[in-house]
Amino acid sequence: MKIVVCAKQVPDTTEVKLDPKTNTLIRDGVPSIINPDDKAGIEAALQLKEKVGGTVTVVSMGPPQADAALREALAMGCDEAILVTDRAFGGADTWATSSTIAAALKKIDYDIIITGRQAIDGDTAQVGPQIAEHLGIPQVSYAEEIIDASEEKIVVKRQFEDRYHIIEVKTPCLITALAELATPRYMTVHGIFDAYREKEVKVWTLEELKDTVDMSNIGLKGSPTNVKQSFTKQAKGKGLYYKDLSAEEAVETIVAKLEERHII
Amino acid sequence: MSKDVYVLAEQRDGNIQKVSIELIGKATELAADLGQKVVAVLLGSGIKDKADVLIKHGADKVIVVDDPMLAEYVTEPYAKALYEVIKACDPEIVLYGATSIGRDLAPRVSARVHTGLTADCTKLDIGTIDAMPDTKLLLMTRPAFGGNIMATIVCKDHRPQMATVRPGVMKALPRDEARTGEVVDFKVDFTPADMNVTIKEIVKEDKKKVDITEAKVLVSGGRGIGSPEFFGELQKLADVLGGEVSSSRANVDAGWIEKDRQVGQTGKTVRPDLYVACGISGAIQHVAGMESSEYIVAINLNDTAPIFDVADLGIVGDVKAIVPKLTEAIAKRKAEKAAQ
Repeated sequence: MKIVVCAKQVPDTTEVKLDPKTNTLIRDGVPSIINPDDKAGIEAALQLKEKVGGTVTVVSMGPPQADAALREALAMGCDEAILVTDRAFGGADTWATSSTIAAALKKIDYDIIITGRQAIDGDTAQVGPQIAEHLGIPQVSYAEEIIDASEEKIVVKRQFEDRYHIIEVKTPCLITALAELATPRYMTVHGIFDAYREKEVKVWTLEELKDTVDMSNIGLKGSPTNVKQSFTKQAKGKGLYYKDLSAEEAVETIVAKLEERHII
Repeated sequence: MSKDVYVLAEQRDGNIQKVSIELIGKATELAADLGQKVVAVLLGSGIKDKADVLIKHGADKVIVVDDPMLAEYVTEPYAKALYEVIKACDPEIVLYGATSIGRDLAPRVSARVHTGLTADCTKLDIGTIDAMPDTKLLLMTRPAFGGNIMATIVCKDHRPQMATVRPGVMKALPRDEARTGEVVDFKVDFTPADMNVTIKEIVKEDKKKVDITEAKVLVSGGRGIGSPEFFGELQKLADVLGGEVSSSRANVDAGWIEKDRQVGQTGKTVRPDLYVACGISGAIQHVAGMESSEYIVAINLNDTAPIFDVADLGIVGDVKAIVPKLTEAIAKRKAEKAAQ
């Protein structure tokens, strides 16, 4: 079975802080990680390979630094890694990103493509389904469990807010992974050694994709949406604030306010 | 010429989802700014009678695709139906709930239509940009970087302009019995090939479904509550206030409480009348999910906790000492009032 995983390198947004003076993002020193849902996808792919045999190829679109994320995926056990990188791809929204990744995937054989549900820097959950549409293959998003798999078909537990579906889908298909799909393994020392010495990260630029990509669908120019402006959030105004109340006084104060507002 | 503001009316087992009613409320404002109409698109099987609910809450027109293929949500038949409606009607705007259905369907449709899609918007306005002063655009504002920054996105040239919005972010209009509107049947020619997956099993999970986005009062626990047992105390306070218990992410990650109670960027967006933040420091990811609450009470030992910056009433103190006394005092006060 040919398994392809799409993974994104993201800043660890839980580590991002705001500069209290300038109210701007402090990006310096924020570590880059493999997006958590994508990492669950990598693990699911490796487990699938262990079960049914085959290969796992990991594909990432991003700046040259994303090499580090792909090396980590190789160290976890992925067989091949492809970095899709070119200045021409920069500034892409989800539509142009998915077009670019789909153009890369058209050059690879696949039975199943796994993407994370969403990335923690953008939280859009759009690129997976958009890739599936560009490739004309079925998608199953919000995958919580792969119940059964063979070269021909795969059975997935698909989560909704109030129910789940057990869905059978023929290959080739795309699934988007919830973090619950699989708990990522750690890299082994041997794996890390291999990732840097034995295995390679293939770099695909616009040149490599020129027969599958439509130039009008990539990068900033190929993006239907644009950022008009970005800003840090204005904090809601601070209200009443009491520092030295006893527990009893605190209770009295709260009860009085709730009565005033007719909540009790 | 593109026109009108469309809302995908999401239904499950024939029940119109609250988020769709909220979106119709917002669409009413947007349509007024544009001088256009609000159109709801209702997809399902045997659901035509639900169109009335959408009209009573603000839709001018409901387009219904009623077909057995749409009985249960499956991506392709739904994507095909909506794509056909969009192609035939050329909407100016299409809004979707950012649910596990909307977030599956909308990107698929956006790729097929070749238009932009902005996820999880927290604010939608009609306005212009400097480069196109004569074109009224949908200004879509959303959080990024885990809620650390906000971005306003526009879709200049492609139509429809599309956005998803989380449940609880927009306000529904009250039901107006006097409202009338048009209901239009729309036929889609499905083929068996459109059902490109097989649903082998549907399991509805009715584990006493608590929807914190519906609660009028939320008593929410953060790391500062110290132990999972203390959620019991929070529950008592929630009970006397007629509310529900919710949580910050830390306690969910620690396994102290179920994920469906989580408020914040990776949890749910809530806007109750009262939000009591107990031992919650107020990380930006949490605040993003609760700052629209009508009234926020924060209790925290740390006097510099950022939660105090958004609290209407901030109390520096120990939740473990205050909460049980507060529950008792409110219960007493309510009993006194009842006796009057």
